[in-house]
Amino acid sequence: MIQLINIHKTFNTGKPNQVTAINNVDLDIKTGEFVVIVGSNGSGKTTLLNLVSGNILPNSGSITIDGNNVTRLPEYKRSKWIARIFQNPLLGTAADLSIIDNFRLAALRTQAKTLSIGKNDQFKSLVKDRIATLGMGLEDKTEQPIGTLSGGQRQALTLLMSVMDTCKILLLDEPTAALDPRSAENVLRLADSLIKEYQLTAILVTHNLKDAGNYGSRIIQMGEGEILKDVSGVEKQSLHQNELYSWFG
Amino acid sequence: MDFYLTALLQGLCFAGIALGIYISMKIFNIPDITTDGSYTLGGVVTGIMLTHNQPGYIILPTVLLAGALAGALTGIIHTKLKINALLAGILVMTALYSVNLTILGRSNLPLLNMPTLFSVVNLITNVNQNSLIILIGFVLIVTLIIGYLLKTDFGIAMRATGNSEPMVRALGVNTDRMKITGLAIANALTALSGYLIVQLQGFADISMGIGIVIVGLGSVIIAETIINWLQITSVWLSLVLVMAGAVIFQFVLAFTLNIGVDANLLKLVTAAFVLLIVGLPRLTGRAS
Repeated sequence: MIQLINIHKTFNTGKPNQVTAINNVDLDIKTGEFVVIVGSNGSGKTTLLNLVSGNILPNSGSITIDGNNVTRLPEYKRSKWIARIFQNPLLGTAADLSIIDNFRLAALRTQAKTLSIGKNDQFKSLVKDRIATLGMGLEDKTEQPIGTLSGGQRQALTLLMSVMDTCKILLLDEPTAALDPRSAENVLRLADSLIKEYQLTAILVTHNLKDAGNYGSRIIQMGEGEILKDVSGVEKQSLHQNELYSWFG
Repeated sequence: MDFYLTALLQGLCFAGIALGIYISMKIFNIPDITTDGSYTLGGVVTGIMLTHNQPGYIILPTVLLAGALAGALTGIIHTKLKINALLAGILVMTALYSVNLTILGRSNLPLLNMPTLFSVVNLITNVNQNSLIILIGFVLIVTLIIGYLLKTDFGIAMRATGNSEPMVRALGVNTDRMKITGLAIANALTALSGYLIVQLQGFADISMGIGIVIVGLGSVIIAETIINWLQITSVWLSLVLVMAGAVIFQFVLAFTLNIGVDANLLKLVTAAFVLLIVGLPRLTGRAS
């Protein structure tokens, strides 16, 4: 589903503060894989995610998504495959817009936003049904500005929004970093079930080694812009948390 | 009484500016002050086309297009060259002064005895009341169009752009193009105000736009104060309040002149009034 070939990314080239964020990385992610990326600050994991999303473009190398070369494709054109969950819950939703408006926009991720009113009764009831599955009691508040909700609620809604339109890849950039432990657990569990239900290819960047052990079908450790460890399959499932801690020892 | 009727007429003319500032400042979160230039541009284009006997159905689209071009230019400078929006607006506004002077050919163009919007359309005999009906019709149509636009899928994307650009980009919207479009719409509306006021007052003047941005800002801030106070989320009601803001603003100025304040101090009073509206909620908020 996602192929990175010989990707290189340097920031501030030629200046004293030059940083090599990604150093000739090759990565092949199969359809349906749930990849968890761990690594210390500055290891390049978020840069890697941003390269896939198109938020930043590589200096060299090529990126293929679903058989299409997207190396130079801007972020907004990659949205036909990719849905994103941001670290900051405030970024993933438009605070002043109602819940229903946010969902309407998300339902058009892969389509044109035309000059017609698509927020009809049928759409509204569809959104209410979807939101009701969260069990947060938000289905009666769909006309409320989404900014009035808590970070955990907003992050959960953002997850639901990502599957409102056809979605192949879900990118999660430390989605629970700003949440309390209970909300964090709920959000990750929801993400996991959506990934399974919609058979998504997913990349989760996290600092939480417990989550890294519990979720995903493949784990990658990054350091200094390179892939240090890459464990998948049965080996990933049997990976003990203490072993994960020892990676950072 | 006629005094306040004139203020009402002016307020309705300025509804375009108010809507324009509402779109650029509140919806897109961009401080756009191309306004001074695009308002005058709308005025001088109207004036010069009227004196060249162009029909009304050509003048209005030309005015809107001229304003849209000015706004789009600010948008392009801001998004493509990554220049601060305030500076981009100042640059375009400054350049427009020369453009406007070239179009007008002189500093003031009287339009007496010209077939203006208000003299051609005669619904009732009283001139001022006739103008009032025409203006209300105009403002109503503009509000309906903008209100509908904001309700569409495109409009939702517009409103979200000012909130969270990363989200909107991730949802497949070219935010640069969206901002350019938004500023084009905002300045087309501003030019519409120039178009109306020139025909209402019967002259176009090169300095008519100096400091006009405060009229839009004041109107939007009045509206915003009420919107926050009553916790209004409806798009339609917000637009109506912005229009009302433009009228209230003119009433306050008319009242100021009426109680005998020196006309030379009008801009000072204007600034003080806007400061009062902006400051009052914060001051009372701190006390409680």
